[in-house]
Amino acid sequence: MKVKVLSRNPDDYVRETKHDIQRVPRNYDPSLHPFDVSREYTRALNATKLERVFAKPFLASLDGHRDGVNCLAKHPRSLSTLLSGSCDGEVKVWNLTKHECVRTLQAHEGFVRGMVVRHCGTSFFTIGDDKTIKHWKMEAPGYGEEEEPLNTILGKAVFTGLDHHQKNAVFATCGHQVDIWDEQRSTPIRSFTWGVDSFSSVRFNPVETELLGSCASDRSIVLYDMRESTPLKKVIMTMRTNTISWNPMEAYYFTCANEDYNLYTYDMRHLENPVKVHIDHVSAVLDVDYSPTGREFVSASFDKTIRIFPKDSANSREVYHTKRMQHVICVKWSADNKYILSGSDEMNIRLWKANAAEKLGVLSPREKQAIHYSQKLKEKFQHHPQIKRIARHRHLPKVIYHQKNELKVMKEARRRKERNVRKHSKPGSVPVVSEKEKHVVSVVK
Amino acid sequence: MASPSEADVNVSHVEKKKKRPVRYWQGTEGKTKDDNKTEGQPEQQKRQQNRIKKKRKRDEQPDGGKKVISGKSDPFPGPPPIPKDKLEKFKRKGKIQKPLQHHYKLKDIITRSEEASEMAQKQAARFDLLLPEDAGFLEGDEDEDTCMISQEDIADAVDITSGAKHFNLKLCQFGPYRLDYSRTGRHLLLGGRRGHVACVDWQSKQLMCELNVMESVNDVKWLHTEHMFAVAQKKWLHIYDSNGIELHCIRKFNDVLRMQFLPYHFLLATASATGFLQYLDVSIGKEVAAICTKTGRLDVMCQNPHNAVIHLGHPNGTVTLWSPNQKEALVKMLCHQGGVRSVTVDKTGTYMVTSGMDKKMKVFDIRAFKPLRSYFLPTGASCLSLSQRGLLSAATGDIVQVYRDVWSTPVTKPYMAHRVRGSVWGLGFCPFEDVLGVGHGEGFTSMLVPGAGEPNFDGLDTNPYRSAKQRQEWEVKALLEKIQPELITLDPSELGYVDRANFEQRHQDRVEALGFDPLGKEKFVPKHKKKGRSSAAGIERRKRQVAHEDQRDVIRKTVEDRMKLEEERNRMKEKKAALSGKRSALDRFKK
Repeated sequence: MKVKVLSRNPDDYVRETKHDIQRVPRNYDPSLHPFDVSREYTRALNATKLERVFAKPFLASLDGHRDGVNCLAKHPRSLSTLLSGSCDGEVKVWNLTKHECVRTLQAHEGFVRGMVVRHCGTSFFTIGDDKTIKHWKMEAPGYGEEEEPLNTILGKAVFTGLDHHQKNAVFATCGHQVDIWDEQRSTPIRSFTWGVDSFSSVRFNPVETELLGSCASDRSIVLYDMRESTPLKKVIMTMRTNTISWNPMEAYYFTCANEDYNLYTYDMRHLENPVKVHIDHVSAVLDVDYSPTGREFVSASFDKTIRIFPKDSANSREVYHTKRMQHVICVKWSADNKYILSGSDEMNIRLWKANAAEKLGVLSPREKQAIHYSQKLKEKFQHHPQIKRIARHRHLPKVIYHQKNELKVMKEARRRKERNVRKHSKPGSVPVVSEKEKHVVSVVK
Repeated sequence: MASPSEADVNVSHVEKKKKRPVRYWQGTEGKTKDDNKTEGQPEQQKRQQNRIKKKRKRDEQPDGGKKVISGKSDPFPGPPPIPKDKLEKFKRKGKIQKPLQHHYKLKDIITRSEEASEMAQKQAARFDLLLPEDAGFLEGDEDEDTCMISQEDIADAVDITSGAKHFNLKLCQFGPYRLDYSRTGRHLLLGGRRGHVACVDWQSKQLMCELNVMESVNDVKWLHTEHMFAVAQKKWLHIYDSNGIELHCIRKFNDVLRMQFLPYHFLLATASATGFLQYLDVSIGKEVAAICTKTGRLDVMCQNPHNAVIHLGHPNGTVTLWSPNQKEALVKMLCHQGGVRSVTVDKTGTYMVTSGMDKKMKVFDIRAFKPLRSYFLPTGASCLSLSQRGLLSAATGDIVQVYRDVWSTPVTKPYMAHRVRGSVWGLGFCPFEDVLGVGHGEGFTSMLVPGAGEPNFDGLDTNPYRSAKQRQEWEVKALLEKIQPELITLDPSELGYVDRANFEQRHQDRVEALGFDPLGKEKFVPKHKKKGRSSAAGIERRKRQVAHEDQRDVIRKTVEDRMKLEEERNRMKEKKAALSGKRSALDRFKK
């Protein structure tokens, strides 16, 4: 007779001393792990619920300005530095880690219209309602020294927008016309006009650095090449565009914030149709900024909310609002892709997490692994109705909620009317116009 | 169109533009311009070619392995092969049908996930080699029958600790006994018919608690940990903790005869003498479902560990399958000619073994609901139990027989047999041990059955050696991923499939959920006109004007189509007639 009976030595399965970690022998045989799909689903559901529980995006409010915050500027070299300009002409430099203002200067009389930090990070430019461009040092003046700009340029008209070249000592302003300035000179080296007399913003392309985009008051977005003497082309839309932002990774795309509550992502090469129409805001969109990865962008709106859109999705994935935040005028996405900064009418700058449920601080490897695992599970089961419902739900202020419904009704009514018109007219005489085509009037080259 | 400003026409102070970086398509231009470059390029090209050649050489090597410094090549290049059956064991699902070309994103996602799962499957199969324990076995010498080997011989032949696993508890006062092993296999719960309940850490032979409930006990069952157990007493269901303290008396559950605990759902399913199948969620203490089976006394019950469906056996020979979500049985199978005495289902949920009053023992494939084998036992089996590795134990009177491979090959004689004192009342294999517990009239017998238990446990799921801390951790984790009772279906992986419900089905569900049809057309209500112009006849007339408006188009269209078809047919007929216009000689016979 040959016999063997299962006989385990407990020493192989139990830790030797209290100071060891417990032994956990594994066996991955699927028959020992029944209900794998249902258990994973339950885990995914729990992870989704916990994500909503932990979604606390608001981090801090930086207060100190005595008027509404009109513009923000990121520091290209230092993550913790932020510059803000307010409607009373004051510029503040903030330390974000300490949540405190490190420097205040009275830069202009009237609004600070625009602000940009030079690519080296040692100085910055401001423009204001007093028709001046001022060049400031980043460092605060020493004790007893007076706060004075390095250089002041007096312009002929009010400037409304400002951006600096990525590498060269060149910057662009807009206002009456789009001007390209050399830092060393007091007259623009080049000026562009195209039949309009007011521009609201100008932005350099981050990759093809000689290209610029600007938005004008005649509802157009104009593209320029700095090396040429004439503008490249423009697209005229039904409503005015407030700001544009270039995608830093795929720099032929730019997104513009429009007065008609929408954002439009355009391909620079084909301006006939926007690539995507981003709807969700219920009031004019005032500012837009891309994340450094180029996969998402954040928009600030007159409806007192900030929304985050994936670059290729029509609807926002996130909406941020607080009871006290008024019309958001400017918004920036931090260079480490983790934070969002917004400046609003009621004199505060707010610091938000870009990913609402993210845990800040150093993560242990096990924590990281668990986060990755639950992320994957959420992705896997994202289309299940229950999970989708929980993941998509956002609380909105009452006003916005009702306004949203109202807009929906209006849109539906327009659609119905158009359908009825089409039904009662000669076939083909009322063509179907897609949402993308609706908003573009013409493209001029 | 564009009007350049005057300023930039005569601007001369523009900085000289920097040289543009050379792009790859401008390679030829650069060569002619720059002398240095022309010298540099061929060298570079040569180097590159060399590199390509080397690479090709490496690829071309028959073994494809790395060269070792000594010059010898690896005789076993690449990763070691994995046996096919091992790979098959860890396979979780079939391949997904690839989507069409234009769903390129979906295709990409599917390809990636498939790659990942394949990798995981391979890794798991490789890891299988490292598992520390092997399964037990019992082999007789030539002309020695394994079923003739007595328990004492086996206990003598094996090591002391294993030998100590064969023991008898002589409890002749309160018998016969029902029994239940905890999921880790460490703890044993005994319930005597006449009220004796005891729980024992049977490996160390430590008595955890012992009590007499002073009532008849129908069944006992461990709940999710070894700290709580349920006892079905004469009238009501009671829950005790491991110290013997009564925690709950659940009066909603009366006359319970049999119980099953579904560990991943935290559900205690009970079958009562009144024909009710009830589910109790032990994590929140709520009754999840109560189903009146309308089949009389329910004293045969088992669960399918693969999909948590409850199997009930009935005196009319049928076995019914139940889930808490449905008031009717999922499946009704006629299995025996007499009543069903016992049912059991194997771990993978593939086979069901039943025994009946017709003295037969049958094996069914419960995925296809087909009988596989039928055995005749002279006395019939009163209790059945399947072990983790597929050994079947059957109690015939006071003899316990163990069979091997009852579904794959026709079995003629048992693998092992043992006679106990008094008729057998409860039977159960101990998980992760080669032990079969038998509860009978004279107490409890623990039998050694080599090859019954799964040799390697998973420490994160059921760990017999877990500490108190580990158990607590596990309990929290397990409660967090408690599966909702709504997910109990015949196919547990159904949740992972693509929902292919079409619009009509979804619309129907929506109508059912809402109670009305959201897409339904509103009934036309004529406007009320004043000054007597809204007479009843007028309203009717106006109604008739718009009646069947949606159908009118359809009717018009079908009429038009029909007309067209008719025309076509007429034309064809005429054509045919024209072709066969000549009269033949045989036409005169036509009518």
